[in-house]
Order: sequence, then structure tokens, then C-alpha cells
Amino acid sequence: MIRVVLPPHLRTLADIDGEIDLELNGKVTQRSLLDAVESKYPMLRGTIRDHVTQTRRPMIRFFACGEDLSHESPDAPLPHAIANGAEPFLVIGAIAGG
Amino acid sequence: MNNVRVLVGTRKGAFILTSDGARKRWKVSGPHFAGWEIYHMKGSPVDPDRIYASQTSGWFGQIIQRSDDGGKTWNTPGSNPEELQSADGTPQAESNKFVYDSSPETGKPITTHQWYDGTQHPWEFKRVWHLEPSLNDPDHVYAGVEDAAIFESKDGGKSWHELAGLRGSDTGPKWQPGAGGMCLHTILLDPQNPQRMFIAISAAGAFRTDDGGKNWKPINHGLHSQYIPDTGAEVGHCVHRIAMHPSRPDTLFMQKHWDVMRSDDAGGSWQEVSGDLPSDFGFPIDVHAHEPETIYVVPIKSDSEHYPPSGRLRVYRSRTGGNDWEALTKGLPQRNCYVNVLRDAMSVDSLEPCGVYFGTTGGQVYASADAGDTWKPIVRDLPAVLSVEVQSLP
Repeated sequence: MIRVVLPPHLRTLADIDGEIDLELNGKVTQRSLLDAVESKYPMLRGTIRDHVTQTRRPMIRFFACGEDLSHESPDAPLPHAIANGAEPFLVIGAIAGG
Repeated sequence: MNNVRVLVGTRKGAFILTSDGARKRWKVSGPHFAGWEIYHMKGSPVDPDRIYASQTSGWFGQIIQRSDDGGKTWNTPGSNPEELQSADGTPQAESNKFVYDSSPETGKPITTHQWYDGTQHPWEFKRVWHLEPSLNDPDHVYAGVEDAAIFESKDGGKSWHELAGLRGSDTGPKWQPGAGGMCLHTILLDPQNPQRMFIAISAAGAFRTDDGGKNWKPINHGLHSQYIPDTGAEVGHCVHRIAMHPSRPDTLFMQKHWDVMRSDDAGGSWQEVSGDLPSDFGFPIDVHAHEPETIYVVPIKSDSEHYPPSGRLRVYRSRTGGNDWEALTKGLPQRNCYVNVLRDAMSVDSLEPCGVYFGTTGGQVYASADAGDTWKPIVRDLPAVLSVEVQSLP
């Protein structure tokens, strides 16, 4: 079981309480994880990654296991603690006022 | 008409204000989409319970919301599992997808436009500024976006396609952003000619199509702008807003960056009608629902001082289609008022007498149930108001 935590505004948009639980087959990467999130909650398409290029939106960050993975390759394997659900994958709205 | 619904978009959510035809007691619903910028909401003229909303965020991008019950509940069109299935069975969820059309069949090459420093800059989608539902089909709606382009949806907002002939016109590389971005903020549909539409862009100017959006031409003859090298250029004018009375679609009224203008030949030529206004800078302009020559503006001191002259919030009304203006002040603050009224933040209802409404960057929404003679705030302390639309309901 993989755990994903979204920022509050995206939880509201997708009508989610708490964490998202995902089952993934195969390699656990940012891309496969986010593909699964968007498949389960289609209204989130375009809100975390650009609709066309699938790149991370500029003011979104990805944190896991106390590390900022935002600039890692989307196809790099995520830490084992994310893959086995020991730690959540955090989608964060960057601190930028507002 | 017995009821009025006012749709208010703010920097931090949407609010829906409702009243009966007396327009004295109001119910306030909201915030909807709390924390998001709601650039615009507008209802379908043929199905008032169908409302479209542009929900946007610098963090999370563009969301299109739709209500089919007058704003009680909302949905993101096309995101339900049974809608718009892709080959692998998942919903395509394209309601938030605004992609400039560069396809060989219908699109235009995405070139560049003028940037603030004079260089050329690529087109980049940022947000939807304005939603304009069709006059006869609740599933058909247009969207004016930043960077400037017009999109349409014919499936209730589930998917969007650019009318690329506008952005792809040969003047595109000369368009430039205004201070608020290079936005397409005004869409007027001609009720007597379904092939004709008018749009306006800051800072490119006004454009017209006579073939349903395939081809567009600039309609800026007669505009003069001191902030461009050729003050009477074909494009480059910072048009803030255009308004039309549905009974006279060839007559257009314009609030420009400076100057209030009118055209009586569908934008073929413009004449200044600023007349005796205390300032001809401002953002919104609107037309009385029953009197095609009665128009409203809110003068603002200058392009850098975005507040009313002398700290007095005054709506100005002309009953002669411009040039002769009267200040409307009863019920509006006449001292120490330094708010702004943005371009999409004024609207009229079609009751008798005509109601006029506007919202301010200070969070007040003012209403007049007597065509502007007297005003009262419906609400005083909302987030900064971006847009106001009014629905007159049976």
C-alpha cells in the first residue's frame, strides 16, 4: 500500500479526507504514483503536473522521507519506505504567500 | 422576473447573493471554492441554473467548475468515470485542459507575442478570465484566456478547443501584456447574428469575427493610445472592457486604459465620448437593461493610482450614450475611499427598474435597485472582488 498526502485545496477538489491509499504494480516512481493518483481522481489532472508535458507545476513540491525529491527524475525509483507504505509521499504547495 | 442572483468571484472564493425582486434583503452563500481565485462565473441565458465558473490558482492551475442547480452544487465536468472515456477506460478529464491549437487541420502555429521589454515571448496558458455561455445552448460556452486566446466547449465544459484564427492572425506578434497580463477578458455575442462575436484583449485591442470564430479582424480604428509609438496603430491598445445592448448590437461602448469610446458600426470606427468625466481612466462599462443609450462607468484617478478621484466612489451615468455624464453618489462612500472596481465587476439585471451592481477590491458589493440613483452595499467585507454577474430569474 502506497500512501499519498495532497495539499488541502486538492483534497477538497477531489473530495478526499486524509491520505490516498494506492496499490501499484511494477516500479514505484513519481510518474507511476502520480499516474495512479490522476487515474483514481481525474479532476486532479493538470493540478500537480502540466496537462500536456506532464512536468511538475512550478509551485508544487514532492517530499518523501525528509527529502525534497522535486528535482529527481520522474522515472527514478522512490525510496523503499514510500513503496512499502512506511512513509507517505507528500505533494506540497510551495510557500509563496497568498 | 421575481428574483435576482448575483454571482461574485473574488480572490479567495465565490459568493452567491440572492434576493427577491424588491432587492432589499439578500442572502449570502459562500465561500464556494474557498481559497481559490474565482476570476468569473456566468449563467446560461437559456438555462439559468447552468452556471460556469473559472477557478484558478498559481499553485494548482486552472479548474472549470459547473453547476446545474443554480450554484447549490458544483462539479468538474468530464471527471466522472462514465464521461469521456479514453482507450484504457479512464476518464479523460479534459475540463481543465486548455491547449493552444497547432494542429494542421484547424490550428495555427504558436508564434510569439510582444513582451514587456520589447522582445518576443512564447504563448503560455495561465488562466481563464471570462466565460461566456452561448445564447441558445447551455452546453456551448466560450472562454477568454491569458495568454490571450479564445476557446470554446460544446459539451458543457468537458473539453475545450481553441478558435485559433484569433491568436494566429497576422497581428499576434504585436500583442503585448497589460499590467494584469495578456488577457482576453471580454466576449460579446451578437444576438441578431450568430456568426458575429466581439472580443477584447489587454493590450491588443478589440477584434470581431463574422464567421463564427474562424477569422478575426482588429476593430480599433479611432482609438488613440499614448503608450504605443504609433498612437493610432491597428493593434496594441489596452482595451479594458466593451459593452453592448442586445437590441443594438452594432453599437458598442468601450472603457479603454484611458478614454471612454463608442462605435455605431460594429467596431468599424470609434469616437471618444469621455465628455465631462472627472477621469476617463477606468475598468468596467455597462449598459442599462432597458435604455440602450444609458451607460455606466466608474472613473478611476489614473493608470498608476487605481482608486476613485478625490477618494469619492462615484458611478457615472450617461443617458445620452456618452459625453454628458452625471455622478451617482447616494449611498456610496464620498470620503477616504481608495478601492478599485475591476473590468468584469459590474453588471445589470433586467428587472424594472433596472438594477446595477458592482464589486470593489475592498470586498464590497454595491447594488442599486433604481438604475443607479441610490446604492446600498449587499455585503461589505468579502475578499477583493474580481467579477460580478447578475441573473434575473423567474
